[in-house]
Amino acid sequence: MIELIFPAIISCIIAFFVVYLTTPPLIKILVKNDYTVKDMNKKENVMVARPGGISIILGIVVSEIVLYGFFQLNEILAIIITTTAAFVIGYVDDRKVMGGWFKPVTLAIAALPIILLGAYDSDLAFPLFGDVQIPLLYLGLIIFMIPITGNTINSIDVLNGVATGFMVIASFTLSICLFILQNYEIAIVSLPLGFVSLAFYKYHKIPSKIFPGDSGALTFGAMYGAIAIIGGVEIIAAIALLPAVINSFLFLSSVKRVVEHRQIKNPTMLTSDFKLKTTDEKTAPITLVRLILAGGPLTEKQVGFAIFKLAIFSGILAIITAFMMGVSL
Amino acid sequence: MSSGLYGFLFAMWSLIIIGGGIMVVLLGPFTIQQFGDFHWILASGIKVIIALVLVVIWILILSKLKNYIFKKELKF
Repeated sequence: MIELIFPAIISCIIAFFVVYLTTPPLIKILVKNDYTVKDMNKKENVMVARPGGISIILGIVVSEIVLYGFFQLNEILAIIITTTAAFVIGYVDDRKVMGGWFKPVTLAIAALPIILLGAYDSDLAFPLFGDVQIPLLYLGLIIFMIPITGNTINSIDVLNGVATGFMVIASFTLSICLFILQNYEIAIVSLPLGFVSLAFYKYHKIPSKIFPGDSGALTFGAMYGAIAIIGGVEIIAAIALLPAVINSFLFLSSVKRVVEHRQIKNPTMLTSDFKLKTTDEKTAPITLVRLILAGGPLTEKQVGFAIFKLAIFSGILAIITAFMMGVSL
Repeated sequence: MSSGLYGFLFAMWSLIIIGGGIMVVLLGPFTIQQFGDFHWILASGIKVIIALVLVVIWILILSKLKNYIFKKELKF
C-alpha cells in the first residue's frame, strides 16, 4: 500500500496541473481562431471558447502514462486507448455535425480495447447478493457501457460548469468506493479523472471561459465507464451517475428515440430578469433541468447547485453500496 | 420538486439493489449440461434473454414511478 502512495500523488499533481496550465493558452488559441459558441443563457451576446476536450485528454493521457511507468498494467493501456478514442469521436462531432447514430456506434467500437486487452472480469458484483458470472452478457455490457456513460455525461453538459462539477463529484465517489473495496491500484488509476475534472472546473464554472464540448464530455464519460468495468464496480458507478441517468431517462422517455440534443426544442427559456424557467412548449423534452425548474424560475447557478446536491446524494448512496458489497445475505 | 427528485433517486437505487438480487438468484445458479461443448453458449444466451427481460421490467417500473412522483410537474 505504501509503495502506491508516491505514484498516486505524482499522477494527481500532473493530472491537475497539466489541465490547469494548458487550458488558458488553449482558450486564447480557440478564441483567436474563432472556435467559439454563444452562451445561450446569458444577457449579453457572450461567446465562449470550445472545445476544451484538448486539455482534458492531455491531462488524462500524461498522468496515466506516468502511472503506466509505475505499474505496467494492461488496464491502464485500455483506459488510455478507450478514452483517447472517445476524445477523437467527440472532436469529430465538435468540428462536424454528425448524425444521432455516430456517437453510440463509434463509442461502442472505442470500448473494444478493454476486451482485446483482457482488462475486465466477467463477474458482475451486486451488493448483499454477491457475484453473478455472465461471460457473454458481460461482453455486451462492455460494448454498451462506454456509449452510455459517454452520452450520459454529454447530455448533462447543458449549463455552465455542470458537467465538470458533476464529474468531480462522481469520479471522486468512484475512487473512494474503489478504496473501500480495497482495489487500490485501480483506485489510484481512477484519481486523475477527478483531478482533471477539478482543474477544468475552474474555467468551466459559471461564467464559463471554455466549454468542454463533445470531445471533453465524451472523454470524461468514456474514462468513467472504462474505470467502472476495469475496477469491477459497474453497479456502484451507475449509482454515482444516477442524476445524469435520470436526465437521459427522462429525455429518452419523452422524445422516444435516439436524437442529437441540438435537433430538439430547448426545454428551458429565459425570464426578463435572465433566470431560467421551463418552456411552455408542449413538445419540448422533459429533462432534469426542466424538472428542477418546475418549482419556479432559478438562476443558472442555482440550477447547477441543485444538480450538484443530487450528485452528492447519489454519491452517498454509491458509498453505502460499496460498504454493502462486503456484506452478504 | 427537490424531494420528488431525491425520492426518485432513492427509488432507482432500491430498484438496482433488488434487481441485482433477482439477477444473482435467477442467473447465478443457471447451467445447462445436455448440449456438450455448446452448453455454456446456450446458458449464456438464456442468461442474456432473462437479463434483458429484467431490464425491460426495470424500465417499465421506472416509467410508472416517474409518472407517479412527477404527476404534477409532468403536465407541462
